[in-house]
Amino acid sequence: MELTERHVEGLKELLYKMADDLLILGHRNSEWTGLGPILEEDIAFSSMAQDKIGQASALYEILHEMGEAAPDTIAFTRNEKDFHCSHLVEMPIGEYDFSLMRHFFYDHADALRFEMLSNCIFDSVSMVARKFRGEIKYHTMHADAWLKQLAHGNEESKARMQSAINEAFPLALGIFEPGNYENELIEAGIFGGEEALKAAWLDKITPIVEAVGLKLPAVSDVTPALGGRKGYHTEHLQPLLDEMTEVFRIDPVAEW
Amino acid sequence: MYGNGYIEIDPTKPVNSLVADEDPVKLAAFEARIAAGDKIEPQDWMPKEYRKQLIRMIEQHAHSEIIGALPEGTWITRAPGFRRKLALMAKVQDEVGHAQLLYSACETLGKSREDMINDLIDGKSKYSNVFNYPALTWADSAVIAWLIDAGAIVNQIANSKGSYGPYCRALDRICAEESFHLKYGHDNVVFLATGTPVQRAMVQDALTRWWPPIMHFFGPSDKLSVHTETLMKWKVKMASNDDMRQQFLNMYVPKIWDLGLTLPDTNLKKNETTGKWDYTEPDWEVFKQVINGNGPCNAERLAVRRMAEEKGRWVRRAILSKDAQYVTPLS
Repeated sequence: MELTERHVEGLKELLYKMADDLLILGHRNSEWTGLGPILEEDIAFSSMAQDKIGQASALYEILHEMGEAAPDTIAFTRNEKDFHCSHLVEMPIGEYDFSLMRHFFYDHADALRFEMLSNCIFDSVSMVARKFRGEIKYHTMHADAWLKQLAHGNEESKARMQSAINEAFPLALGIFEPGNYENELIEAGIFGGEEALKAAWLDKITPIVEAVGLKLPAVSDVTPALGGRKGYHTEHLQPLLDEMTEVFRIDPVAEW
Repeated sequence: MYGNGYIEIDPTKPVNSLVADEDPVKLAAFEARIAAGDKIEPQDWMPKEYRKQLIRMIEQHAHSEIIGALPEGTWITRAPGFRRKLALMAKVQDEVGHAQLLYSACETLGKSREDMINDLIDGKSKYSNVFNYPALTWADSAVIAWLIDAGAIVNQIANSKGSYGPYCRALDRICAEESFHLKYGHDNVVFLATGTPVQRAMVQDALTRWWPPIMHFFGPSDKLSVHTETLMKWKVKMASNDDMRQQFLNMYVPKIWDLGLTLPDTNLKKNETTGKWDYTEPDWEVFKQVINGNGPCNAERLAVRRMAEEKGRWVRRAILSKDAQYVTPLS
């Protein structure tokens, strides 16, 4: 089919929200460096953070090739309003239980998203999606192993994981907030759409959570945290951006 | 990254008290193996003092790695641009990985990681004094990555030729990684030193502030005591503090000057007659104060570490619970 301006805009919107999620979550994951519950988890969260920041950079690069600004400019000079990340990734790291559940929910969603995008009609997108698919496999493996471990640890860890699920689940549903071009993306074979992704995600995570003796809230009982994709953010994003851009802003045209 | 170990043997103790109750036959065989260049392995017989000094040294080294991750770690979230951000994340991650390797090496001598970390947060064991200084600007993180890691390499390459197998093997890997850190740090300093006036002023300021701690890094001149001789004979201590400081100055002062940066010591120059570097003797009273807990950031560093230990306790308790099931990551 003939691609129109709306298809291209839809792709850009999709890439922006994916990259923004990855950048902000990568930033949050990196905050565990030096502070994890055991050294091995400092190291694991740092590895995942590096993958996410690297993936964000690769997606901004595709946007750059489509005529947007350079990756550093996009990441380090935009206003808060121009970010399209979900509220889930903006939240502070909190306790390890919250960070772990966020990681579980987000990474299963991204693994499925990359799977869907590995058939995208745009080669630049399908190629990176296939590459990311190989990386994220280890992220979901890590999340599953720790969820299982802590759900089976002791009473306290089990209770903590259940309340982290309750806290993170409505935020995680915000990942699937529909964009402005869902139909165009679906009809052109660019991306299967947020609704389809959400359904696949629920099918994937529900048995994993139930198998370890925990429970997901019913989707109909919770209010998804929406707004991030449209530029409405939590109070946590602006301070994060201030910190992230602190040095870059000293001289945005200098070479660092 | 790590400076030299702080050897703590009471100098008034007679030298033979170190090995007073050791079996002389075993001791002679042990010393002969070391003299022949053999590595001592965990299951081998070793004098109690050898074990004690190695535990102290490796433990201090491991602590230095995790405490050292804190001043640099604060710049990960502020690093300017993707390239620097990714590199700094990987660099600090390496440092935490070094701690993990070193705690494991030290555990082979009989002290658990948990005991070591408890001694750290209780202030019973030490770590390198440089990490008690603040990293005030982005340029500080660049100077640390270049020059502190360079100093650490000088020390660690010497120690990797030591006698204790597990420590030497950990150091071989650590040195390989540190050499990347040094390149990263140097590249970072070069960009700042050849950048805008603001960048240049920033890196000069950082270098000026970090010079005294860098001069302290290798520790005070070794007193030529019989104890030091014993530790050198056992290949626990591999090079004198002054020798390492000289090696460092010789390798890095010219590189610093090449970038047009200055160092805050007007006496610093290479003495053509001796071939060694002349410098103003660092203030060892300050060094002693910092080592003993009165540096600018000692309290903060330990407080952060204590907070991390406290926050993570429930996780460790859960995975050590008797009901816990081992989960293979591939499940």
